Amino acid sequence: MSKKDSSENKTKSTPVQSDVDSSTEVSTESQTGVFKKPVSRRDMLRLAGASGVGLLLGGSGALGIMKATGLTKQPLSDTPGSAENVTTGITNVGDEHSFYGTHQSGIVTPSQNFMCFASFDVTLSDAAGLRRLFQAWTKASASLMAGELLDGQNENPNLPPADTGEAAGLSSSKLTITFGAGPALFDHRFGLSGKKPANFADLPAFNGDNLQSEWCGGDLAVQICADDMQVAFHAMRNLIRIARGSAVLRWSQEGFQRSSAADPNQATPRNLMGFKDGTANPSVKDNSMMNEVVWVQPQDGAGWMTNGSYMVVRRIRMRIEVWDRSSLADQENTFGRERVSGAPIGSHHEFDRGDMEAKDASGKPVIPMNAHMRVARGDGSMQILRRPYSYSSGMDKVTGQLDAGLFFISYQRSIDKQFIPMQQRLAQIDALNEYIQHIGSAVFACFPGVQQGGYIGDELV
Amino acid sequence: MKARVTLPATILLSSVLFAACGNQAATNTTTAPATTEATTTTPAASTSSTEATTTTADFKNETEQYRTYAIGEIDSFVTETEKFTEAVKAGKLKEAQALYAPARMHYERIEPIAEALGNLDPDIDARAGDVDDKDWRGFHKIEQALWEKKTTDGMSEYADRLLQDAQLLRAKVETVEIDASMLVVGAVELLNEVSSSKITGEEERYSHTDLYDFVANVEGAEKIYEILKPRLAEKDPDLEKQIGERFDALNKELAPFATKDGGYVTYDKLTKEDIRTLSQNLDALAEPLSQMGTILGV
Repeated sequence: MSKKDSSENKTKSTPVQSDVDSSTEVSTESQTGVFKKPVSRRDMLRLAGASGVGLLLGGSGALGIMKATGLTKQPLSDTPGSAENVTTGITNVGDEHSFYGTHQSGIVTPSQNFMCFASFDVTLSDAAGLRRLFQAWTKASASLMAGELLDGQNENPNLPPADTGEAAGLSSSKLTITFGAGPALFDHRFGLSGKKPANFADLPAFNGDNLQSEWCGGDLAVQICADDMQVAFHAMRNLIRIARGSAVLRWSQEGFQRSSAADPNQATPRNLMGFKDGTANPSVKDNSMMNEVVWVQPQDGAGWMTNGSYMVVRRIRMRIEVWDRSSLADQENTFGRERVSGAPIGSHHEFDRGDMEAKDASGKPVIPMNAHMRVARGDGSMQILRRPYSYSSGMDKVTGQLDAGLFFISYQRSIDKQFIPMQQRLAQIDALNEYIQHIGSAVFACFPGVQQGGYIGDELV
Repeated sequence: MKARVTLPATILLSSVLFAACGNQAATNTTTAPATTEATTTTPAASTSSTEATTTTADFKNETEQYRTYAIGEIDSFVTETEKFTEAVKAGKLKEAQALYAPARMHYERIEPIAEALGNLDPDIDARAGDVDDKDWRGFHKIEQALWEKKTTDGMSEYADRLLQDAQLLRAKVETVEIDASMLVVGAVELLNEVSSSKITGEEERYSHTDLYDFVANVEGAEKIYEILKPRLAEKDPDLEKQIGERFDALNKELAPFATKDGGYVTYDKLTKEDIRTLSQNLDALAEPLSQMGTILGV
């Protein structure tokens, strides 16, 4: 929910919460956690009054308030839409996802509007240091996801504030932070080579790959998603800051999709080619399906990954200009779907399975043999959970064309069994290959969820 | 009318014309009924994969002209490829290098035809990484040896195979069904070829002879435009004129890179500004060119 929504809704007694309520992961527990004196970003706003943001940015006013309250925590998420909130104009209270749980958030969580993705190279040389980094990131992440200021010196005029401040007064905005380890982490540096899951490695080369090293790999990755870009950026920035001296940014990418405000019905989002993307995704509400497709099971080996998930990242540039001058028939035959409805060619509704055997009058398959949806489906025996975002990175300086496309993210139990066979098929014959190019690639083993008192990867290091 | 309107304005203009009442459209074309038809059936375009068959007969003259052109190019392609492969087999490095790019131009002019013939295009023209390493053969395999390794050693077999593939292309081209839709799509595809690989210098990554391919792709597209020009002038004279002007603009940008021997400078001689200007001129041409499908109706 955006800030604009907040201001528009401030006079309503019942804030619009439908998209929040539909989520299964919204925390209603109080944030006890590891913090002694958490102060929510919104507590500050509330204390500062309706014109709080300006006051906060004024500096000393906010400091005074924080001191006056002793930085004590106010109950927040258990009182969504209370009168108190209405008077301060805050309507999206309760939009926090819980950091703690069996699984990490940001995997089966319904996709938020924005994403910041960061891949890191660890510069430390010992496991103890890596553990300290994970602990510090854990503490900060729990705080960020709860919509709280980062704990530490935020009021000492002689010190740089612990929290960089740009999210002050902003709600959590459904922030999720998801951590993973790349194959490179399991080398000699941290003594982890014995814990590397079997077959966990960089993806093999696929036909047509045009990978550029500046968009590949990494020891660690953080996927940050939120319904507010500034909240997401704030989280990424502060995690990078905390990592200074321990890990350096290797590459990063911002992503977006249509916002929940622009499409309250939350229909299947469209990619930048104008087609619906994610129609064939398995339902995240189906727990047994998620155990089958997404979550690593005890029998899958590498015990520390149980309840985790393997992430594949591909930065897929679209040849936007070429696509724009393709005829509608070509575009639809490329995907095997109708552009407007998303229905398989020859069917009427988006979620129709599509008749793969149907032939036209001349005997040609109605859904072309190389149509994206046909090739991606294969024999239908393997699924993945796609969680992609669109990206736009300005202009390609060489050609003057748009550098935009799909930041593909998928989660699966086994990259070997699920992603690789599918991508091999696609790389061979997918009609879409004419319009896209895989520029970046990385895989990460995303840890299981963190229990209260624990830290990310605590079963690994 | 306004020959120099910018692109978005033109698209808007065309759609206004199509959506407008018959008499306004009639001032621009003598085939008002066709225009009206276009208006009423536009939403059905999504199921238009069979459209070509209904219009084939109307474009017999044009498709025959193109068939003659394509066969002529493929004949030259086989002849020039044979000269090239003989030089490779004879171990004449310099001669093979000199024959490489000009031979390819004949292929690049009619590439969409080759792409319509199953696996021939990858066999002849795949770049490293486009196909599995063990399947990689054709021009670029030999290109790598000639420029990167500076030798013809080990290339005899690939040379033989390339000539066989070229001859197979010649034999198969007789079987290609050329229809008007293929011409319209093919013209754009030729320019897409340029913007997808030639413009970045990825096509000829060892020889840097990308400009030969670039020019040949543009010539192939221009040939299709020339063949369809009378029909286009009938249907949408503004579009016909605009495409012509944009071909002129692009050719003018390309002209300074021609060398005295009839060839082109290597791609590494181009500045960043040169490349971007070429790319942008190409996109400026391809956009109206992609509107040529208007002559097909719906």
